[in-house]
Amino acid sequence: MPANPTFNLDDLIRFLPEIILTVMGTLLMVLDPVINKRSSKAFGNLSLLALVAAGAAAVFAYTTKAGPAFGGMLMVDGFATFFRVLVMVVGILTVLPSYSFLTRQEAETGEFHALLLFSIAGQSIMVAANELIIVFIGLEISSIASYVLAGYLRDDKRANEASVKYFLLGSFATAFFLYGVAVIYGCTGTINLTAVRTALTGQDAPSTLFVGLAAALMFVGLAFKVSAAPFQVWAPDVYQGAPTPVAAFLSAGPKAAAFAVFLRIFMTAFEPIAHGWEPIVWGSALLSMIIGNFAALLQSNIKRMLAYSSVAHAGYVMVALAAAPTTPNGGIGAAMFYLAAYALMNVGAFAVVSYVSGRGERSTSIDDLAGLGQRQPMMAAMLTIFLLSLIGVPLTGGFFGKFYIFRSALESHLVWLTVIGLLTSAVAAYYYLRVLVVMYMHEPTEATSKIDPPSLGLRAALILPAIGTLFLGIFPNWVLDFADRSASLLK
Amino acid sequence: MNLLEVVLFLPLAAFLIALLIPRSSPQASRVWAILASVATFVLSLGLLGWFDRSTAGEQFAVDIPWISAPDIHFAISANGVSLWLVLLSTFLTPLCILISWRAIQDRAKEFYAFLLLLEFGLIGVFLAQDLFLFYVFWEVSLVPMYFLIGIWGHERRIYAAVKFFLYTMAGSVLMLTAIIYIYNRTQTFSYPAIVDMLSSGRLSFTPEEQLWLFLAFFIAFAIKVPLFPLHTWLPDAHVEAPAAGSVMLAAVMLKMGTYGILHFCLPLFPSAARECAPWIVVLAIIGIIYGALVAMVQPNMKKLVAYSSVSHLGFVVLGIFSFTQMGLDGAVYQMLNHGISTGALFAIVGLLYERRHSLEIKDYGGVATAAPWLSTAFLITTLASIGLPTLNNFVGEFLVLQGSALANFKWTIFASIGVILSACYMLWMYQRVFYGEVNPEVRHHVFDLKLREWAVVVPFIVMMVWMGVYSQSFLPPVGKVTAKVLDETQVNVPFRVQNSAPAHNTEAANAR
Repeated sequence: MPANPTFNLDDLIRFLPEIILTVMGTLLMVLDPVINKRSSKAFGNLSLLALVAAGAAAVFAYTTKAGPAFGGMLMVDGFATFFRVLVMVVGILTVLPSYSFLTRQEAETGEFHALLLFSIAGQSIMVAANELIIVFIGLEISSIASYVLAGYLRDDKRANEASVKYFLLGSFATAFFLYGVAVIYGCTGTINLTAVRTALTGQDAPSTLFVGLAAALMFVGLAFKVSAAPFQVWAPDVYQGAPTPVAAFLSAGPKAAAFAVFLRIFMTAFEPIAHGWEPIVWGSALLSMIIGNFAALLQSNIKRMLAYSSVAHAGYVMVALAAAPTTPNGGIGAAMFYLAAYALMNVGAFAVVSYVSGRGERSTSIDDLAGLGQRQPMMAAMLTIFLLSLIGVPLTGGFFGKFYIFRSALESHLVWLTVIGLLTSAVAAYYYLRVLVVMYMHEPTEATSKIDPPSLGLRAALILPAIGTLFLGIFPNWVLDFADRSASLLK
Repeated sequence: MNLLEVVLFLPLAAFLIALLIPRSSPQASRVWAILASVATFVLSLGLLGWFDRSTAGEQFAVDIPWISAPDIHFAISANGVSLWLVLLSTFLTPLCILISWRAIQDRAKEFYAFLLLLEFGLIGVFLAQDLFLFYVFWEVSLVPMYFLIGIWGHERRIYAAVKFFLYTMAGSVLMLTAIIYIYNRTQTFSYPAIVDMLSSGRLSFTPEEQLWLFLAFFIAFAIKVPLFPLHTWLPDAHVEAPAAGSVMLAAVMLKMGTYGILHFCLPLFPSAARECAPWIVVLAIIGIIYGALVAMVQPNMKKLVAYSSVSHLGFVVLGIFSFTQMGLDGAVYQMLNHGISTGALFAIVGLLYERRHSLEIKDYGGVATAAPWLSTAFLITTLASIGLPTLNNFVGEFLVLQGSALANFKWTIFASIGVILSACYMLWMYQRVFYGEVNPEVRHHVFDLKLREWAVVVPFIVMMVWMGVYSQSFLPPVGKVTAKVLDETQVNVPFRVQNSAPAHNTEAANAR
């Protein structure tokens, strides 16, 4: 830590996205009693405004003032900007369908949006953090807000269960992470990632036992956050119980941020001991892909199915992480690309679920989508794009994501991991196809006939990620180039 | 934009426009689909006009960078084999639209849209010269077929559609692994560049590598062909698909597999291909005989034709893995023949189903009395399928058998059993459906061909006769390409199999 931490304007600009989000979040809290809840879309509009502004601020900060902020506590580089923009986009895509969702559940409050903004601010800090303690602070801001969000529908028993479960297990995970930080500080006397790396490669490198212990503890904490096996047990219950837009958010935003931290810590600080953690990541990737894909086969609730699928997708990203030490740019770039593609397709799929789920979220079984292809062809077509992308059919973002990941895996000679991963993704096609089958090949039921036409916000929440998914599938270069370039800045 | 791109992208453009046609006017969708597909066919005939038949080289080549890292190109071109397969696709699509004209009433807009998308995917598969692009088209063609089977199929359509998708998907992920592996070795997806590296010795795979890569590709293709014992998806998919789906599936989609083997597996992994050839040939022969025997006992017409496809495609694989000029020529010709004759069988069975609403053989009888022209058309198709001289299949089967005899005479003996059996099951079916007592239901419902249906049947029959009588119109460009493929399989391979037409052998010898 610098001796004299003075503020200057540049640092504030680098920190602008978080400032905007926090200010707006607080403002929403204050406005909550003032604004008439029944008729107003003000909360949603304000949070959209804040997210767009924060996204713009993130880009602005990168283009004009890229570099370390606050004496190296934050690092505004391409990598951070990529993930900052990604979490803002996830935020926007969460707010858009939540207009009609919250109205339907009669739960329009400023609180929801405020919590969402705080959570995103936390993630935004995480992805830019260059010091372990800042990572921890971001993680906590993000997590505590999302614990509350998971239980946002407080009259719903399952939402309460989800919230408590998420909170208890999440606190454990963060505690593990904090232990890891403490051990690292004890070993090396620093919590700055670059300094840790220097300490590990230096002449008097600390005992591998303790460094390994620290890495393992952090691994546990982060693997929990990204819902990678064997720390995935919370995900299905939480995703199922949480309000659908929140589940969409949890499956994309915090996950992307946690993976960003994962990549930054393990590829910056712990890269010198990569041979030690690579097998662990390898095993976790394998387990996640197998458990996620096979467990998803058995689900009848679509939210639960998407939860297990998100475990499997965490596994794919883990493959990229396992490949990263030998093919640095390829692996990290692939993980970044995948997380972007995954965020779009998954949030989109959840948006359709939030649309059909109905009041009190009663209709969340896969069968409730029966005949959607005839009743709401537009919705069904969008969901088809997302599902095909989740399967990994070419011309969608999901395909290129998988392609880049397994290419870097093969480059690192992880042949078996690739073969098994791709085979489990063929298994995965089965449960995604089941949704398509129900949508297009079953007759409409009463439930699907009663669905109202989608609102404007929802339509935007579907069309934007659908366009994004197809764009990533046809012109992946734009995002991939940026991801590759920023991946090389890591060390 | 050259003509090849136009032929490829016209169906895609037509698909996108078809999506915009309102659901309330199905007739507009039909008319649009037929116009677009006929236009595509006419343009593809233009390709034939400009095609240089004297060379084995790739023609109408287009190479546009698509994605820079990894280096993926939109590279397409046609040779003497792929051109015919493209023509087969463009020829059959309008016919498929015609046979669906009345049969498909439910969600007609989507049906024709998917049919056009399917045409785009199929043409793309045969033209792609970039391994990655090939994979893209390979998967893209899967999606519309999945919906065609799943939405408009018969009772067990969902099961069949999902099985079809998963089988192909499982095979294709293995192929994807192999494609990525090759890319990591060569830093290119360009198929001509890779073949060039192989033949100039700048790239060589160890025998073990070659075997694994070969198998990864081959399994993906063998599932599609389908080669015994990977054929179990086929009877389900063919039977449950709507008539147009069955026609496209049997006539064109199965050829994706055999084309893949011929175009990619042999030149890329010659010694592995030769090493595995005896095993594959055994599977092919089992497929020929097993398919025919199972076809014989089918009570369902579509299932019978489906199993006959397993048998016929066995001949194609046998021809390819005989590694003789004749065998390869015959295999390619048989690919086209099977497309025409089995396509026609499925189309006419579809016409029968439209009238009688049954596929069970026992529900028919005496159709020849009620609908003489339809019966005549079916008879010609049946005879073509059996391999009667002067009709198309005879030429292909003869070449395959002769080619395999040059390689190993025992293969020919066993494979010939399949020819005999095919006469048994086809004629027996013909007898039960068209002759005998006139079933009262048949008398009431089965009427003769109408104008629209004549328009379907006549082109099929013209092609059967033309291809049977004057194969010289089709074979020379095929022979050029197969000779080249044969040459390429001799890279790094000790000479064992001598073929009877050593067209390019001297050149290959010089190269080495």
